[in-house]
Amino acid sequence: MFESLQERLGDVFDKLRRRGALSEEDVSAALREVRIALLEADVALPVVKDFVEGVREKAIGQEVLRSVTPGQMVIKIVNDHLVETLGSEHSALNLTTTPPTVIMMVGLQGSGKTTSCAKIAMRLTGKEKQKVLMASLDVRRPAAQEQLRVLGEQALVKTLNIVPGEQPVAIAKRALQSGALEGYDVVMLDTAGRLAIDEELMAEVAAVRDATKPHETLLVADAMTGQDAVNVASAFQEKLGITGIMLTRVDGDARGGAALSMRAVTGCPIKLLGSGEKLDALEDFHPDRIASRILGMGDVVSLVEKA
Amino acid sequence: TRSSSKLSDGITGIFTKRKLDDAALEELEDLLITSDLGVSTAAKLTANLAKTRFNKDVDPIEVREALADDIAAILEPVAQPLAVDPARRPHVVLVVGVNGSGKTTTIGKLATDLTRKGHSVLLAAGDTFRAAAIDQLKIWGERTGCEVVAKAPGADSAGLAFEAIEKARATNKDLVLIDTAGRLHNKSDLMAELEKILRVIKKLDPEAPHDVLLVLDATTGQNAISQLGTFKELVSVTGLIVTKLDGTARGGVLLALAEKFKLPVHAIGVGEGAEDMRPFKARDFARSLMGLEN
Ligand SMILES: Nc1nc2c(ncn2[C@@H]2O[C@H](COP(=O)(O)OP(=O)(O)OP(=O)(O)O)[C@@H](O)[C@H]2O)c(=O)[nH]1
Ligand SMILES: Nc1nc2c(ncn2[C@@H]2O[C@H](COP(=O)(O)OP(=O)(O)OP(=O)(O)O)[C@@H](O)[C@H]2O)c(=O)[nH]1
Ligand SMILES: [Mg+2]
Ligand SMILES: [Mg+2]
Repeated sequence: MFESLQERLGDVFDKLRRRGALSEEDVSAALREVRIALLEADVALPVVKDFVEGVREKAIGQEVLRSVTPGQMVIKIVNDHLVETLGSEHSALNLTTTPPTVIMMVGLQGSGKTTSCAKIAMRLTGKEKQKVLMASLDVRRPAAQEQLRVLGEQALVKTLNIVPGEQPVAIAKRALQSGALEGYDVVMLDTAGRLAIDEELMAEVAAVRDATKPHETLLVADAMTGQDAVNVASAFQEKLGITGIMLTRVDGDARGGAALSMRAVTGCPIKLLGSGEKLDALEDFHPDRIASRILGMGDVVSLVEKA
Repeated sequence: TRSSSKLSDGITGIFTKRKLDDAALEELEDLLITSDLGVSTAAKLTANLAKTRFNKDVDPIEVREALADDIAAILEPVAQPLAVDPARRPHVVLVVGVNGSGKTTTIGKLATDLTRKGHSVLLAAGDTFRAAAIDQLKIWGERTGCEVVAKAPGADSAGLAFEAIEKARATNKDLVLIDTAGRLHNKSDLMAELEKILRVIKKLDPEAPHDVLLVLDATTGQNAISQLGTFKELVSVTGLIVTKLDGTARGGVLLALAEKFKLPVHAIGVGEGAEDMRPFKARDFARSLMGLEN
């Protein structure tokens, strides 16, 4: 629906048939298009501004390779900078050597925490041969605990038995106790959805953190998130201290600029992607794929290299 | 709220003792962009403002008021409450949307509101896919005192919708609210399943569903345009409910939706409770977007 960056830059550079180094004017003209492309991909404005300045510094004065056009040259510089900002190296879940590892899922309402919790648990149980216990601390949303229980059955992962009326901190402590006593490698805590500005609920989840000292606190966020991504990510980071981000619903057609926004404002790695409703729809994060998606084009690198 | 006050601080900062020049307009456009209005809508609004006020001394409140008026004018035509037609028995409402947007909760809120207004409401647990979705709706049924038609997980949701309407007829209900599983609009198999629900409903009543509500999460960015476009095309969405406006997201993409699709916005969600639904008011929404008191 939106023009890809390639189309946008094509228009800009079709006018310039010049070779040699990228001039300041070339770069400025191109960066206006880059800015719009990023905003249309829902990258948050403050992040867009920093990003564009970073590209400007890198681009001015760069030799345009003989084999490519100035437009393709800029695309390559933008793409490389994007991959770098998204976090070049793969960052796995941090499993401790002294079990149980505690993983806590947090995020806004409906972002995909419960489903993602079960997906991760299923992967750890299967591929990594870990013994995993899941516990739902969501005492608010109707049938939330039941939801995790059913997912546990589907994933063949044990869930902590539900005690009606028990509060989140108490549930978390019980989960840790069971985890230690029954020899679990990993204890996963699914929390209720909450708004970052909800002081009471943020205090509740902070109390859970203090009681359980999670090794991983994953912020689960929807790939369709708009400009609010920076507010959400920085608030969860500030109030809770997150260790990684899981981006869900990448099976949709959103450009997913939220990934860049969240990564940039928290400095936390994007660790995993949710790519469907089913429990096996869990993928490792590949920055180059998200980069081409944000830019609205296929494989950028091979495109430039072939040229 | 926090984001609107941030927005208004920003605007106050821009326009204190300043002319409305290009730089000021650009900053203003930026501020609109941070509310998810989108690049082109933001540009259009600021250009419009520049027409009458360019290079004039403007005070921040005046600028905000003017923009809020323009925004309200765009939204006014779409601010229409859900109209229940008593002649239809039952009035069938199908609730659709992407995963996690707030469909089931919105049904709970609608049921609360409608029963309070004296309507009899039947709920249909059409999400037979997601874990515990049926239990979730059943709890809403208990909360609102509405009967819930449900089958086992994995049952055919079109068949369930059919049965629910038959049941509503037999028990003389005013409305049936049909919940559906969340689905991303780019998944053709899941969208086809929704089209099938529609076809099956029409076997009982060619006019039904009388409303097809798309529930949209206010945190959504520009993808909302593609969401509504596809849902409207495939299942003839008739109106929107925007949820989670109690958060920091302002739902500015609604402006682009209003201009492009002109579909009614019936209500907004402002919390997780049964009472947390409000009518959509163009002027209030526009003013809150600009950080102005109502
Ligand atoms: N298409 C798609 N759907 C997903 C993905 N992850 C989760 N979902 C769906 O999103 C919806 C919400 O998921 P939940 O796991 O219940 O979200 P949550 O964050 O636990 O929600 P709350 O507990 O209410 O805050 C469900 O319909 C899930 O099936 C994903 O990666 N892709
Ligand atoms: N803060 C806030 N939370 C909301 C609002 N509406 C719904 N929620 C929450 O969002 C989460 C998802 O809501 P659901 O009603 O389960 O969403 P859904 O669209 O039915 O989800 P699926 O059926 O899984 O696709 C729940 O935690 C709700 O409590 C709202 O207006 N404000
Ligand atoms: Mg949950
Ligand atoms: Mg639902």
